Amino acid sequence: MTEVGRARRRKEDARLVTGRTRWTDNIQLPGMLYVAFLRSPMAHARIIRVDTGAAAAQPGVVAVFSGRDFADEQGSLPCAWPVTEDLVVPDHPPMAVSEVRYVGEAVACVVATDRYKAADALSAIEIDYEPLPAVLDMTEALTEASPRVHEAGNKAFTWRFAGGDIEAAFDGAPVVVERTYVQQRLIPSAMEPRAVVATPDGEGFTVYSATQIPHILRVMLAMTTGIPEHRLRVVAPDVGGGFGSKLQVTAEEVLTLLITRRLGRPVKWTESRSEGNLTVHHGRDQLQRVAVAAELDGRIRGVKVDLLADMGAYLMLVTPGVPLLGAFMYNGIYKMDAYDFACTGVFTTKMPTDAYRGAGRPEATYALERLIDELAAEVGLDPLELRRRNWIKHEEFPYTTIAGLTYDSGNYEAATDRAMTLFGYDKLRAEQADRRDRRDPVQLGIGTSTYTEMCGLAPSRVLGSLAYGAGGWEHAGVRMLPTGKVEVVTGSTAHGQGHATAWSQIVADALGVPFDDVAVLHGDTAVASRGMDTYGSRSLTVGGIAVLQACEKVKEKARQVAAHMMEASADDVEYTAGAFRVRGTGTARTIQEIALAVFAAHDLPDGFEPALDADATYDPANFSFPHGTHLCAIEVDTETGASRIRSYVAVDDVGKVVNPLIVEGQVHGGLAQGIAQALFEEAVYDSEGNLLTTTMTDYLLPSAADLPEFVTDRTETPATSNPLGVKGVGEAGTIASTPAVVNAIVDALRPYGVHDVRMPCTPERVWRALNGGAA
Amino acid sequence: MIPAAFDYVRPQSVEEACSALADAGDEAKVLAGGQSLLPLLRLRLAYPTALVDVGRLAELQGIRDESDHVFIGSMATHYDVVRSPLINAECPLVAMATATVADPAVRHRGTFGGSLAHADPAGDLPAVALALDCTFVVRSGSGEREIPAADFFVDYLEPALSPEEILLGVRVPKLGPGWGYHYEKFHRTAQSWAIVGVAAAVRRSNGSIEEARIGLTNMASIPVRARAAETALRGVAITPAVPGETNGGADPVRDACGDAAADTSPPADLHAQPDYRRHLARVLTHRAVLTAARA
Ligand SMILES: Cc1cc2nc3c(=O)[nH]c(=O)nc-3n(C[C@H](O)[C@H](O)[C@H](O)COP(=O)(O)OP(=O)(O)OC[C@H]3O[C@@H](n4cnc5c(N)ncnc54)[C@H](O)[C@@H]3O)c2cc1C
Repeated sequence: MTEVGRARRRKEDARLVTGRTRWTDNIQLPGMLYVAFLRSPMAHARIIRVDTGAAAAQPGVVAVFSGRDFADEQGSLPCAWPVTEDLVVPDHPPMAVSEVRYVGEAVACVVATDRYKAADALSAIEIDYEPLPAVLDMTEALTEASPRVHEAGNKAFTWRFAGGDIEAAFDGAPVVVERTYVQQRLIPSAMEPRAVVATPDGEGFTVYSATQIPHILRVMLAMTTGIPEHRLRVVAPDVGGGFGSKLQVTAEEVLTLLITRRLGRPVKWTESRSEGNLTVHHGRDQLQRVAVAAELDGRIRGVKVDLLADMGAYLMLVTPGVPLLGAFMYNGIYKMDAYDFACTGVFTTKMPTDAYRGAGRPEATYALERLIDELAAEVGLDPLELRRRNWIKHEEFPYTTIAGLTYDSGNYEAATDRAMTLFGYDKLRAEQADRRDRRDPVQLGIGTSTYTEMCGLAPSRVLGSLAYGAGGWEHAGVRMLPTGKVEVVTGSTAHGQGHATAWSQIVADALGVPFDDVAVLHGDTAVASRGMDTYGSRSLTVGGIAVLQACEKVKEKARQVAAHMMEASADDVEYTAGAFRVRGTGTARTIQEIALAVFAAHDLPDGFEPALDADATYDPANFSFPHGTHLCAIEVDTETGASRIRSYVAVDDVGKVVNPLIVEGQVHGGLAQGIAQALFEEAVYDSEGNLLTTTMTDYLLPSAADLPEFVTDRTETPATSNPLGVKGVGEAGTIASTPAVVNAIVDALRPYGVHDVRMPCTPERVWRALNGGAA
Repeated sequence: MIPAAFDYVRPQSVEEACSALADAGDEAKVLAGGQSLLPLLRLRLAYPTALVDVGRLAELQGIRDESDHVFIGSMATHYDVVRSPLINAECPLVAMATATVADPAVRHRGTFGGSLAHADPAGDLPAVALALDCTFVVRSGSGEREIPAADFFVDYLEPALSPEEILLGVRVPKLGPGWGYHYEKFHRTAQSWAIVGVAAAVRRSNGSIEEARIGLTNMASIPVRARAAETALRGVAITPAVPGETNGGADPVRDACGDAAADTSPPADLHAQPDYRRHLARVLTHRAVLTAARA
């Protein structure tokens, strides 16, 4: 049996689950100091005076710094995605020097001998602010009269994209449905908070950070601080989740490093949960104006999208690019004649936004799948029937969409049929009709979502054409050790995904070694020197392929040695089950024997370098396009407005599956997060720009108790764009589930004249929608 | 977040605890399970100079049968309460409400007495204590006194305890046969606090309600009784007697609960505005009373 496809338990879990591992906050170094940041209590203000004297005199305090102390060396936090030539990129000092632009922005810090003393001394720092007006609403921010976040104005950019003749599609269309949806602001809540340890190390520095992107971080820290790249080592030890929030170059990372350089001592910072809610980059926050033009039979003519995307106060690593990742997805799985997309990025005095699980694609899929349900209601078709009339048929692949992407493979019919069967679609529709007839106070709604996403970020040339600051390749190194064990070095840094297990499975098959004989190394720029890190469901589809390719190279080398050892021609040597055999004879050498022979190097082919290892860098030719059909049944209590998910079926097509358990875990977690956006989570700022949801009493995360038992299944339509046939699964659940849930709630309420409920669909919002108020 | 520095005292007896509190003055705080107090410290919303940890005092443990009432020691954990056969038999409403508190981790640490002494109107137990007319037994260096539930909750997070007083425990009256109970909690996630909660105890005879006691959670700065609904429910026929039955449109229990939100002043927060809370109080009181009446 092959390893690929086996539901292996993750080899890293015992360590991660018990905490017997190296989280950044567990790192203790001799002479270590602790930094605590004082954060702006004002959404927008000028800093008039800073007095750190009293704080510096407190017990245990080693140093107190304000922005001025770093003004000459802190640089500006990078934005690596200049989406347009006229993009406004405001200066973004890691520590504010003269002006603060959101509540939570670092204005000063205390470095002390322990964490408590550092925190205690913060209140002794005196800062005088001159308040400036907060800018909170995107639409108002774009008016002439609005106060400005930055001198250059509140508009960061407008980005347009079109395919086909949109005017022709809308002119004279028998049906046009227009809607406005609010993608509320979300706060990524990784289990492990952010943490940084910086320490002097020889002639340079080592930075440990709970980051998704040690490689990018190293480059960016070098460019931001001027510390030469070869004097910087960045380590992401075990990292407890990120969901995009650790795909960032943060103020705290830069400042901790600068403090270490200034003081010559190791310094640690670990955020508290409330600090995290304020200052981890936020997600979503878009105002989506969308319209669809269609024929009476439901055939879609065109889709128009006009977005406002809240950047927050500054542009961080990929802030302006997030909505662009959705730009190619508002057509989803459907065929249409024309498509038009425009997005304006807007500055407000709030925490900057950036990538959050799905980044742009959940927003797009939500608006599209909601709109499709609205269109179905408008033309009087079952929402799945409407989808069926419009989607790309399985025999039409590869298919180039109106947004210009070429979907290599897919089978929407198969996933939908399977989902309908598992769900008991017709029976639930019958129950719904019955409850409607009886005017049951508990109504039943059925929500559908037939999503696709672009994964496997990304072909470097495509990123280049979108002005992204880096490529999308991934690196892997595979080396056989003298004893026949294997070390894999991957540039794709795991932070909970299960790389160690999946990579071991791939290597076990490719080299014919036992699963347990493979170790996976990652996350340390001194060990895994090249990499593009982990985000955008790219690990397996890009990094996994690099691993496979490196294995192929190792195998080729081994074949030459085997041929030499067996005195045969390499062409006559075949490889099966971990051994090289001379065709037609009984002679064989295992790969382990060859590894030892290469190590000894006593008798190698002429010119053969004594190393059984190889590097490979894979740059994908195309994105991958997972898809699936999600169906959700929700009971809505019309007396209280409460919603209860009764059943949830997810049939996903993620191509070939390396490890079904890992896929299942990703789907479950993704569903929880997507459902959370639909029902629970929202970052709320008050009218002065204070974040109100700074604790988990106010920012509601669901637990297992709040979620239904998921019914999951898969169809398997392999990707044709990569040799493993894999597509990626990291974001699928999040992307698919949010519209499925809201579609279900709206479906339940349609007889009451409701056609939208703003997310999160709290009981109160549902109740107000039912009672004719604004939802 | 990180709390400010404080002294920590763990006395060996209630007497020692009383003198530790007296010595420390106004700025000391009793520490029980810490499930409400420690978050306040960590968020730096409270700065006590000393914590007097009574959590392990044997004198404050235990759940005892004391003829016409059950005595619940203040340091009985939520978990102890939920699992107590005595409470489940004699005052099941306490167990029902406690089972809805937070999650298993919190229920293993948080205490019955701590929940009441915290006097959070969003807590589930204050409304129960009020509905059942419990008696609070407290002690300080100057002796013991009893406080009826109706006088115990003074204001938001403010119990009728002086800084030197320790809550020993609570007497929960046994209401005896003929009563049905229900606690109806409305919240957004399993671990979150009640947006509104309704504690109902209903005495029935011959298919009608003879007496209803209703405590409301999170409908004011303190737990309150729904007196108007209690009065209106007296003598009302329990219909429909079983769920799902229709009764020709008449719905007397629902009608009687129409005033459930009278004399309340519900808070506005991220989870609900006052008008919605009032609406919920009516709907949930109806549900709680009907369920209790049918129990
Ligand atoms: C995540 C979470 C969710 C929660 N959800 C709920 C919920 O849904 N419903 C609910 O009702 N509660 C909830 N709670 C609170 C929980 O019930 C606590 O256990 C309770 O509020 C306080 O009990 P404690 O023993 O932890 O008291 P502590 O936190 O130790 O003390 C609370 C207060 O009471 C005082 N105090 C404690 N004991 C005494 C005493 N013997 N004499 C005098 N004063 C005393 C303390 O000085 C302090 O002011 C939640 C808590 C958490 C952490």
